Amino acid sequence: MLRWLIGGGREPQGLAEKSPLQTIGEEQSQNPYTELIVLKAHHDIVRFLVQLDDYRFASAGDDGMVVVWNAQTGEKLLELSGHTQKITAIIPFPSLESCEEKNRLILTASADKTVIVWDCDTGRQVQRISSFQSTVKCLTVLQRLDVWLSGGNDLCVWNRELDLLCKTSHLSDTGISALIEIPKNCVVAAIGKELIIFRLIAPTEESLEWDILEVKRLLDHQDNILSLVNVNDLSFVTGSHVGELIVWDILDWTMQAYERTYWDPSLQLDTQQEIKLCQKSNDISIQHFTCDEENVFAAVGRGLYVYNLQLKRVIACQKMAHDSRVLHTAKLPSRQLISCSEDGSVRIWELREKQQLAAEPVPTGFFNMWGFGRVNKQAHQPAKKQQENAALCSLEPVGDLIGHSSAVEMFLYFEDHGLVTCSADHLIILWKNGEQESGLRSLKLFQKLEEHGDLYLTG
Amino acid sequence: MISAPDVVAFTKEDEYEEEPYNEPALPEEYSVPLFPFASQGANPWSKLSGAKFSRDFILISEFSEQVGPQPLLTIPNDTKVFGTFDLNYFSLRIMSVDYQASFVGHPPGSAYPKLNFVEDSKVVLGDSKEGAFAYVHHLTLYDLEARGFVRPFCMAYISADQHKIMQQFQELSAEFSKASECLKTGNRKAFAGELEKKLRDLDYTRTVLHTETEIQKKANDKGFYSSQAIEKANELASVEKSIIEHQDLLKQIRSYPYRKLKGSDLSAGEAEGSSKDQAGQASTTSDPDESVDTEVYASRPDYTPKLIKAKSTKCFDKKLKTLEELCDTEYFTQTLAQLSHIEHMFRGDLCYLLTSQIDRVLLQQQHITNFLFEDFVEVADRVVEKEGSGVPLEPSQDRPPSRSLEECLIPKVLISVGSYKSSVESVPIKMEQELGNEYKEVEVAEASSFDPQENLDYLDMDMKGSISSGESIEVLGTEKSTSVLPKSDSQASLTAPLSPQVVRSKAVSHRTISEDSIEVLSTCPSEALIPEDFKASYPSAINEEESCADDSEGAIHFEASTSPPGLGEAEEGSLENTPHADSSCCIGKETDSLLVPLPTSALKLSDDDSVVSIPPQRYRQKDPGFHVDFTVENVNPASRDNSSESFPPYELDPSCPLASRDASKTSLDNYSDSTSYVSSVASTSSHRTPSSAHPTGFSSERHKKRAGQNALKFIRQYPFAHPAIYSLLSGRTLVVLGEDETIVRKLVTALSIFVPNYGRYAKPVKHWVSSPLHITDFQKWKLIGLQRVASPASAGTLQALSRYSRYTSILDLDNKTLRCPLYRGTLVPRLADHRTQIKRGSTYYMHVQSMLTQLCSKAFLYTFCHHLHLPAQDRETQELVASRQMSFLKLNLGLVNEDVKVVQYLAELLKLQYIQESPGSGHPMLRFDYVPSFLYKI
Repeated sequence: MLRWLIGGGREPQGLAEKSPLQTIGEEQSQNPYTELIVLKAHHDIVRFLVQLDDYRFASAGDDGMVVVWNAQTGEKLLELSGHTQKITAIIPFPSLESCEEKNRLILTASADKTVIVWDCDTGRQVQRISSFQSTVKCLTVLQRLDVWLSGGNDLCVWNRELDLLCKTSHLSDTGISALIEIPKNCVVAAIGKELIIFRLIAPTEESLEWDILEVKRLLDHQDNILSLVNVNDLSFVTGSHVGELIVWDILDWTMQAYERTYWDPSLQLDTQQEIKLCQKSNDISIQHFTCDEENVFAAVGRGLYVYNLQLKRVIACQKMAHDSRVLHTAKLPSRQLISCSEDGSVRIWELREKQQLAAEPVPTGFFNMWGFGRVNKQAHQPAKKQQENAALCSLEPVGDLIGHSSAVEMFLYFEDHGLVTCSADHLIILWKNGEQESGLRSLKLFQKLEEHGDLYLTG
Repeated sequence: MISAPDVVAFTKEDEYEEEPYNEPALPEEYSVPLFPFASQGANPWSKLSGAKFSRDFILISEFSEQVGPQPLLTIPNDTKVFGTFDLNYFSLRIMSVDYQASFVGHPPGSAYPKLNFVEDSKVVLGDSKEGAFAYVHHLTLYDLEARGFVRPFCMAYISADQHKIMQQFQELSAEFSKASECLKTGNRKAFAGELEKKLRDLDYTRTVLHTETEIQKKANDKGFYSSQAIEKANELASVEKSIIEHQDLLKQIRSYPYRKLKGSDLSAGEAEGSSKDQAGQASTTSDPDESVDTEVYASRPDYTPKLIKAKSTKCFDKKLKTLEELCDTEYFTQTLAQLSHIEHMFRGDLCYLLTSQIDRVLLQQQHITNFLFEDFVEVADRVVEKEGSGVPLEPSQDRPPSRSLEECLIPKVLISVGSYKSSVESVPIKMEQELGNEYKEVEVAEASSFDPQENLDYLDMDMKGSISSGESIEVLGTEKSTSVLPKSDSQASLTAPLSPQVVRSKAVSHRTISEDSIEVLSTCPSEALIPEDFKASYPSAINEEESCADDSEGAIHFEASTSPPGLGEAEEGSLENTPHADSSCCIGKETDSLLVPLPTSALKLSDDDSVVSIPPQRYRQKDPGFHVDFTVENVNPASRDNSSESFPPYELDPSCPLASRDASKTSLDNYSDSTSYVSSVASTSSHRTPSSAHPTGFSSERHKKRAGQNALKFIRQYPFAHPAIYSLLSGRTLVVLGEDETIVRKLVTALSIFVPNYGRYAKPVKHWVSSPLHITDFQKWKLIGLQRVASPASAGTLQALSRYSRYTSILDLDNKTLRCPLYRGTLVPRLADHRTQIKRGSTYYMHVQSMLTQLCSKAFLYTFCHHLHLPAQDRETQELVASRQMSFLKLNLGLVNEDVKVVQYLAELLKLQYIQESPGSGHPMLRFDYVPSFLYKI
């Protein structure tokens, strides 16, 4: 956590610890974010950001408050307060993909064992459900069935009118940590080390009752499952505390690929140094995934890894992407990857294919422990060298965003309005493309001139 | 270049100035003997040294029917001010020049006494023996007990500077009219009240007499009247007559406003209107007429009528009412406030007054950009509003209304006509006014007959004459003489302030020089101050070049190019360089001065410039002509050499009486403080100079001066001052790190003059912080004084600083280091030259302001050039637009390297300010660049 303190500073500082962290430096010509607006409304850690539509987003945090913002101007639109304890999950309903709905709702779950439904246009509290036995830790919307699910110690199914349709029995005291929808009316819930697949039975002509049935339990993980993400129509992926990455077939729920060794030093023949560095198992817990069609981007400990689904191997990595655990990642359309971390920084990476590798094909047997030993030895050298032989591609740092003074919990990318980050320092920062904003302001200016009738063209 | 503003009359060293260099004492043989009056604290250039009073003051005198002319009070009411000046004598003089002392009484052919609603008369007179010149404002007040019901009063603004009176006549007249109107309104009210009382008394008396008569009649039924009864009847009759008379008077006084308003002369109505505008000036004045009416008609019930003894009126040995009694007390105090406001307004040297007036005009014109570096612009805004609402005391019948905003406050001096009217030929010139249509036709006179050199001579003569003249009164002109001239529309904006003086000097020069004279330089009708011919004859845009072409000395060269002001060659360059520049480049905004259509721009440009560039004085024209050209290499402190009696630059804003009252609290001892101010104002006369309309008045001047001084020090002391200042100008927060709070605060204050404002509120400067900084601080503050603590607790502070190093430049005062991005531009070196010859803080402040103003104009141009920001065609890419912007910034605005960023930053601020719906709302954003920083050491 101390590493951020010296940032990119050039002043001679005794604080500078030896670190393999790649410094980006102050000159970041490719970093478009040259403008920021600090948004202040929360009084505690801000953990969640959800996009509501093209220009609005909502933030929620430990202060139990939900705030709706305008992503363009940074204006605070609404402040929704109703929860007495920290918010554990937030989801727009109906979810973002369907835009036909006019009055959009936000569902929030809180540690006060309630779920509140908000109208995010008026800020009105539509309904409050307090019949929960436990804290709801995750919420998901099944768009197709027009129902939503809440996961705590049990799994409940609700319809739009907020009627409880059905629920499972008590599953576990730890509760459901993650929940995703998979085809065939199924959902996958991560409960501790287990993955449980439930099937939702919608009312048919025979029975008018909703029901939810446990279909299968997958017990392949050795430790708590921290992340669970849909990859594509074929597979979903899970990651555990000890660094197991498993790709599952989405239809028959079988394991398609398994990866752990790449980042787990205890499984490798390693130099002393490397062992020292990566002693804590914390370092390889898989905090977050993000996916595109081909790759899974995994936030493993402090590092970022790109796992290619076809090659079933890691094609690029940044072992020390941050000074501290990476909490959230996202893939941008432009082959860019953004990660945020406990160290308070947000970094932008670019996935580049290595030119020389085209001429020098990698042997298939390359992916072995020895190879890794070699790589790890070079860990302290500049990143380019470090990865030269490691993978097909490289993750090159493009820029970093330093603004928060504490862990950046999450961020949200808007195509038009830039990046929103939220942090444990109670702040939300809106990062914007300065040039673009400047152009927009000019546009606005001339519009206003025109409105006032002050725009004259001479000549 | 040696900055001329520093070449200024050495007056009194003010204690607050910290001179950076102590010049070694001169050897004895080179030293000049001290000016004899130096012991009085006067400066050798001061014309006041001949006068018996130490500074301008206002005198109120009365022509008492009992004792003759007598002084009533002075403002400021301080014997030190007028010193040994003989107020009684001067009262006699000023009272004796009231040429239209009104006659009130029984005019022949009228049965009843008639109230004469006379105009105030305004006279300028000079008494060279006393070394005093005065603007005299005569007014009459009504007093039921006075002879003819009138009491003549006058208010005089007495100054040792003749030119001040002459050139500020318009303003003086306007301001004194307000005061006079206030007095008269109160007086009317009081008079009506008095009449009411009197009527009730009479009524009561009549009733009593009537009853007595009846009783007598009854008691005496012998059929004949006793002499007593006859006497009573006579008495009754006279009371009846008196009642009728008084009722008539009451009717007259009540009818006042209507008569006034119906009259062709709108002055009083306007003056009242303008006094209405005076915010805070007690709403009681604002509707004097109604209030008078209502209050008077609703006669006071608590008044118990007295019996009036016959022949009790018009008693000469009784005590006359005081001025305060004559007017309502409320109105009286208000008038006093107005007068002391006037006193503050015109305090100081003429040069200063003129430049600050120019300032104000210019500041208003720059209302889009002026928030950036000016303090308290809202005051100026109020001026704009006020003037928009109706310029007082302007011949208004057919004056185009919409010119008022641009209207130059530059004095249009009254002129005594006779002698030279013939020398002016009016040549009507048609001017196409494309946009405003404010005026259709302007008469522009050929002014070629005015040779500046000649005028100079006249001027000299004139001054000599004044000095040598003694005790006779010479009336040079009265309003009667001027009023024969046609009063009509004038092009106020064409009135070049230079010319009035020229004209006047010429006129005055014909005067005989005589001993013992009070010279009434001129008077004028209360309204039409300047006959049209003279206005038209002022060198205007068209003839300016002509008239000045041969003036090798005080030349003002107008560049009447076909481009808007501030653009100059840059714009022309852009015409060539950029394909779409021609059509869309100049977009005017709001005021016509900015909104310059090309066809008329030549005229209008020089119009404006003529306002801009006129030197405040023409006393000595030694300096090479200075060009009014925004694109010229910047600071051209072609200063006018000012012989200046330097008074503190007090509050000058007429629209801001409250502020002036604040300023009035600053005591006399302040008043010899600033000396170089005037000259430096003059030096920047082609640019905007800091607003003198400053609510906090004097203290802020001192603040500015100190800030300037410390900034100078900083520039001299630190070789890396340039990148530091660049940081401030480009919106990168500068953190001044140090242990000693006072040192840090001092430097922060000094550097704050370089910090652009976000909007019309306080500067984003935080003088002293001791807690670790957050990202929000950088968003909010652009200059921060940060405490360096030795304790481990401060580690967090330093860590935060290094974490956020990309947003900040860090100036470490203890280690004398600066960590900030590289600067290679040319702007800051000119702004902050460590070898500058400027020594005075206030001068330097002015210098900075003028430079920054120029910068603002560039930013303005950049911001509002349509083609630079919007794609000309749909297909045009963002890159093309960006490259066009760059080439404009570099080629047309002449910006080098990092200077571009400064202008870009200012442009962003301008945009934000402009598009903001309501000022103050909206989030200030933090803009930054990813550029490497370097560590500078001494």
